[in-house]
Amino acid sequence: MAEKAIELIGINKSFGAVRANRDIQLSVERGTIHGVIGENGAGKSTLMSILYGFYQADSGEIRIGGKPVSIKTPNEAIAHGIGMVHQHFMLVENFTVLENIILGAEGSALLNSGIARARGELHRLEQEYGLEVDPDAVIEDLAVGLQQRVEILKAFYRGAEILILDEPTGVLTPAEADHLFRILRRLKDEGKTVILITHKLREIMAVTDNVSVMRQGTMVATRKTSETTVEELAELMVGRRVLLHVEKGEARPGEVKLSVRDLTVTDQRKVDVVKNVSFEVRAGEIVGIAGVAGNGQSELIETIAGLRKATRGELTLNGRKVEIIGVRQGDLRDQGLAHVPEDRHHMGLVLQFEEYENAILGYHDDAEFQKGLLMDLDKVRHAASSMIEKYDIRPPNPRLKTANFSGGNQQKIVLAREIEQDPSVLVVGQPTRGVDVGAIEFIHRRLIEMRDAGKAVLLVSVELDEIRSLSDRILVMFDGRIVGERGPDASEGELGLLMAGVVQKEAAE
Amino acid sequence: MSTPYAKLPLWADYGLIPLINLAVAFLVAGLVVLLVGESPIEAVQLMLKGAFGSGRGIGYTLYYATNFIFTGLAVAVAFHGGLFNIGGEGQASVAGVGVAIVCLTFDSILPWWITYPLAIVAAAIFGAAWVLIPAWLQAYRGSHIVITTIMFNFIAASLMVYLLVNVFKAPGQMAPESRPFLEGANIPSLEPLLGALGISARRTPLNITFFLALLASFGVWLLIWRTKLGYEIRTMGFSPKAALYAGIGEKRTIIITLLISAALAGLMSLNPIMGAQDRIQLNFVGGAGFVGIAVALMGRSHPIGIIFAAVLFGMLYQGGAEIAFEMPNITREMIVVIMGLVIFFAGALEHMFRPFVQTVFASLRPRSVGLDAKPAGEA
Repeated sequence: MAEKAIELIGINKSFGAVRANRDIQLSVERGTIHGVIGENGAGKSTLMSILYGFYQADSGEIRIGGKPVSIKTPNEAIAHGIGMVHQHFMLVENFTVLENIILGAEGSALLNSGIARARGELHRLEQEYGLEVDPDAVIEDLAVGLQQRVEILKAFYRGAEILILDEPTGVLTPAEADHLFRILRRLKDEGKTVILITHKLREIMAVTDNVSVMRQGTMVATRKTSETTVEELAELMVGRRVLLHVEKGEARPGEVKLSVRDLTVTDQRKVDVVKNVSFEVRAGEIVGIAGVAGNGQSELIETIAGLRKATRGELTLNGRKVEIIGVRQGDLRDQGLAHVPEDRHHMGLVLQFEEYENAILGYHDDAEFQKGLLMDLDKVRHAASSMIEKYDIRPPNPRLKTANFSGGNQQKIVLAREIEQDPSVLVVGQPTRGVDVGAIEFIHRRLIEMRDAGKAVLLVSVELDEIRSLSDRILVMFDGRIVGERGPDASEGELGLLMAGVVQKEAAE
Repeated sequence: MSTPYAKLPLWADYGLIPLINLAVAFLVAGLVVLLVGESPIEAVQLMLKGAFGSGRGIGYTLYYATNFIFTGLAVAVAFHGGLFNIGGEGQASVAGVGVAIVCLTFDSILPWWITYPLAIVAAAIFGAAWVLIPAWLQAYRGSHIVITTIMFNFIAASLMVYLLVNVFKAPGQMAPESRPFLEGANIPSLEPLLGALGISARRTPLNITFFLALLASFGVWLLIWRTKLGYEIRTMGFSPKAALYAGIGEKRTIIITLLISAALAGLMSLNPIMGAQDRIQLNFVGGAGFVGIAVALMGRSHPIGIIFAAVLFGMLYQGGAEIAFEMPNITREMIVVIMGLVIFFAGALEHMFRPFVQTVFASLRPRSVGLDAKPAGEA
């Protein structure tokens, strides 16, 4: 088993002054699943892009099967038997599975022969690895898990021996993720080599044979998965001990702050995406909404935050009925509702703004920031500086362009802005998506503090772990409905079944 | 992984890169001049001499620059809101109608210092009015502003022909222009001022509208970077979703932004009509609306940059005329080619040399681009 599929020796890569990869050593044994973990910005993606020929290393050597090779383009990587499944799929949405698979490998000017050959080959791959998918289905009609399978098939159709998967489970249900892992194990049994890039420690433990940890552009350790623990890996990633579980006391729920009754939301395609949803959030509790991405959670919180019009239903905020059919954002803010949106890059922040300008986004109307006809920029910068200090936003420079902050610090900018307004209801979407482990801990503590200060917190996240460790009550959404409510001690399996819509018929009370 | 290239220092962003672009544009233009058998060096000398070598040259250069500052600001304001107003040409011509109405009505009764402010208001209102329909269509119907403003340029052109031939043309005249304005619409020339500086600028059309242009530049700077409206415009321009999130009314902001943009384009009409020709003529805008796009691009939508870019284009206009006059092989069309090259390199290829400059900066002086030696700012 000691034969090496891939060896990276002394890889260096800089972008200007940023050293994305420093003297990386990595050796992957043939026929194993090898995990690469690290925080965002640790250099995982850069390393894999070098291996796949998107970038070239400044120095260092790549060996495949023991032989030094030079990989300058993805085509050369493919020729060396390397296949890659990107985090964001590279599929043509309105092509069929078959058309996508032969794309770039059509064979000849006329498609017929290529398609016929591909069909046969696809059949063989399906049999061999358990990768069933309808070759004539159009991609946009397929579930996300199946789309991912098409990506894997694409790689094997091109003769991949080594498969790189970049954050493959971000978009999958727990069940779909399990299925993916079964496929990966089967690939391993067939002698293929898999490199799994992720920041989820649980996946590493569940499926890999070996794991390498990256931090700030360097490879800090490689372990046999069976000989390490989640705690050790987390510490290696962050460089210090991290609290993986949030410490919190008993919730003391008070009066109802936010109440949603029979809410129905219809999207642009005239499809009901939220169906008759009712629930309440009380002061001093965190209510988590679990669900696979795309089951109406986003639309639900956007409607509550006044960004979308409801078709039907009632919303009560602090005991007062709120207009939800064409409401103005600013009014909701005035009534004490703060919103940390799911999409911080496009919604929660203006990345081109300097940091201080984002510190007032949505509150720029406030009288305290005006001085006659002009804005009182001194005051705005002062407010921004105090948030930077309080939330340990780094680097502590309110004049720096927001895009130049790391994901975790960007999220802190949003969180600081919304929490500092002292809202009575806080609606939070995906608070830790794309956020490094150290900042996750900080953000979770802040949310618990909000709860303990008697605020009502509504949390939506696709990270089941996050929902389970923060929430006092968990609502599960499937296909636009709330299909169940559970306590924080509900097992993952139970929630997973609800999220997958298996337990459909349950009184949604 | 964050962006590999970091921000440049301001002076490089606003100074060095435009200069490099300009140098390349002139290099290529020089090749063109060589190709038609003239000396590029001589051409440059002629151009600079024509534009800056005499009081008259300076006067004309700044006169043209005045036009381009207004139209450049107009494009820039819309740009900040993520809108591409290329209807400056039409908006300026229709604004001219407003100016002409004011002048023809009051030039015999009021002194210039009352007529002029009235004309300013009329120019702004008429210019803004010409974008009202495109703005409404963009805000409420999503019809793309580029398409609608182009169409409105054509409509304005036809409208102007109709108005000048059928309404403004003085009886018994052949040319499609109004009667000359009287005393009450004659605004001061800057001849005496230049004279006091020791520059003899006789018979140049440079007038006080030049100062109005500088004032407008300052106003735009205040608007964009110091007011709530400017904040909202920029938010919408960078990220419409963030604007929605921040409670900024998109429709309202689109319309207001375009009205301001078109009003600025409209102010341009004061310069030729009241400052130079003392009457309204057909085609008095003379392409300034389109040059404004290049000026805004080159000036990076910043008023200071726009002033410099406007002077540069003023120089090309004025100095170019000189070259065409002196060098038989270089026609007026050739000057347009040279201006096109400048627009091409300064506008369309704005980003061509940027990665290179950024790499040089990042490796020479990491601190200057805001980088620490190690990856910045992990929490």
